[in-house]
Amino acid sequence: MSTRTVELELATPGLDAAGRPIRLPLTAKKGSDDEFGAEHMLVNIGPQHPATHGVLRLVVELEGETVKRCIPHIGYLHSGFEKLGEYRHYNQIIPLTDRTDYLSPMANNVCLALAAEKLMGIAITERCQVLRVIACEMSRIISHLVWLGTTGIDLGAFTPFLWSFYQRERIYNLQEAWTGARLTTSLTRVGGMMADVPEGWEAGLRDFCVTFPTTLNEVDTMFTRNSIWCGRTQGVGILSADEAINYSLSGPMLRASGVAYDVRKDRPYLGYDSYDFDVPVGEHGDIYDRYRVRLEEMYQSNRILEQALDRLARLQGAPINTADHRVILPSKTQAMSDMEAMIHHFKQVMEGVAAPVGESYLGIENPKGELGYYFVSDGTAKPVRWRIRPPSFINLAVLPKLCEGALLSDVIAINASIDIVMGEIDR
Amino acid sequence: MTTAAPPFGLDLGALKTAFGAAIVRQAVSCGDTIVWVAADRAHEILGWLKNTPGQEFTYLTDVTAVDYRDVELPLEVVYQLRSLGRKVDLRVKVSLDKTKTMVVDSVWDLWKGADWLEREVFDMFGVHFTGHPDLRRILMWDTYAEGHPLRKDFPLRGNFTRAEQTRQALAANPEAYYSMEELSIVDAFDELPEDMKRRLAKGERGEIR
Repeated sequence: MSTRTVELELATPGLDAAGRPIRLPLTAKKGSDDEFGAEHMLVNIGPQHPATHGVLRLVVELEGETVKRCIPHIGYLHSGFEKLGEYRHYNQIIPLTDRTDYLSPMANNVCLALAAEKLMGIAITERCQVLRVIACEMSRIISHLVWLGTTGIDLGAFTPFLWSFYQRERIYNLQEAWTGARLTTSLTRVGGMMADVPEGWEAGLRDFCVTFPTTLNEVDTMFTRNSIWCGRTQGVGILSADEAINYSLSGPMLRASGVAYDVRKDRPYLGYDSYDFDVPVGEHGDIYDRYRVRLEEMYQSNRILEQALDRLARLQGAPINTADHRVILPSKTQAMSDMEAMIHHFKQVMEGVAAPVGESYLGIENPKGELGYYFVSDGTAKPVRWRIRPPSFINLAVLPKLCEGALLSDVIAINASIDIVMGEIDR
Repeated sequence: MTTAAPPFGLDLGALKTAFGAAIVRQAVSCGDTIVWVAADRAHEILGWLKNTPGQEFTYLTDVTAVDYRDVELPLEVVYQLRSLGRKVDLRVKVSLDKTKTMVVDSVWDLWKGADWLEREVFDMFGVHFTGHPDLRRILMWDTYAEGHPLRKDFPLRGNFTRAEQTRQALAANPEAYYSMEELSIVDAFDELPEDMKRRLAKGERGEIR
């Protein structure tokens, strides 16, 4: 059946004699108190609209300026990544993860490698762990900077956009020096990394860590006590802690509602439990708290980066790849001189890396929330199922609830506060 | 896959005592605990896991499904549960016969977060969720006629030819949907599910402001 029409569930003033529902009156009854008439109006926002942060379409039913209902339509960017993954080797899936949450590609790469390693039971080296932590925290900073800049623009502030994108550019330069790409990084491999950082790279990141908080302080000065910013964000789009949990929210959306759940703290991976950082938690669950949480997370990411750089200096020259030649290609010299190494090389290239029968779910704390990769293997080199647990998708599902009763201009602010990226929602 | 003891903090004894034969099987894979439950009691069991003190799996991490390459294996609907307080995870699976219409009760009444996740499973695998308020396609468009993409009997490039796919895409007119009339259930009355008709007849009404 065409279930599309069932959206206004049971909304009818009553049944007629035949037991069929009577049509909902769309205009106010004559002689009602509402002298201006209360005709509901449908406004279509998007899919091509800068304030929807991608190809998101919102159908908004308005009564005057108040939102009665908001119906998101997604799928415009659907690329079938999960289906494609079933036809590829584990390492070949990594380029697909670049393109899901394209605002933090390196963190997605890390999650995929970790999930595949959990499935295959592979331990990674200490330097690899530190490099992956650096990749994750750099991603968190650039993703939050995009959020900060675009949300500022949505609410009428242009200057922080320039500041945040300038800082983001510095990380992108580092990312380019490390991986050769600004967006399609494909940084990790199952069992290791695509490359170690180039010589002198640490100095560049150290310089960033020292100067970056200045920009955050400037944004803090500009926004945190700004009456326009506070007026547009405080008390708008409120979500209680219980509701946030019930809607399966994660990341800053969950923490702004007062739930101190951070995957890095609660189920540590990559040795996050050995880093010293705090998890900021909001108390009102409104847009303002989400802003405060994300701003503080950038300071904390900066702290983690500094600690990781110290560890990286101690691990100078240590291997980045595991010594397990089932998953990591042997060096060219080895492959050309050692029979066994050549067989490993041949089997990896021709057959891929077979994972044992089983399944693994691994979630990491991505900038947007908990990103989880769920692999099911039947013992071959290609997964039976590769499921992405997309944080943006699940966070966006709460939008209709947040928008109910809000003003039309608040819809833009609320949508911005969720911090969505359509590549991940539509996959 | 092994049948080793579940990780610390996760005791399935109470679950087995409470539901007995409805707990079909349990296993541990890569450190994750998996429990297979009977399809007709899945909703009851998930509700019990959520609300029972000592279990408190209040957070629904994910709902998805797995279709195996082996045609003889059933399709599985997968619920990833988490207890935020106890910091343990549990994966609950429901096996469904692919040769029949696949139906399982919706958990939307337990977790609002299941709304879009179940819609996605319906869209991608064709599993119907009874009691879901708005079960329609989510990533593919409403008139998509090729089937359910993540099923293994669905070819990578789709069931239709490229020419037919292009023709249908060009003929699609998504902006035609959601005219004001279509938002009413009046026109959809004949297509309404039986339970919704019953609720209407009993006098239940949606909110009209």
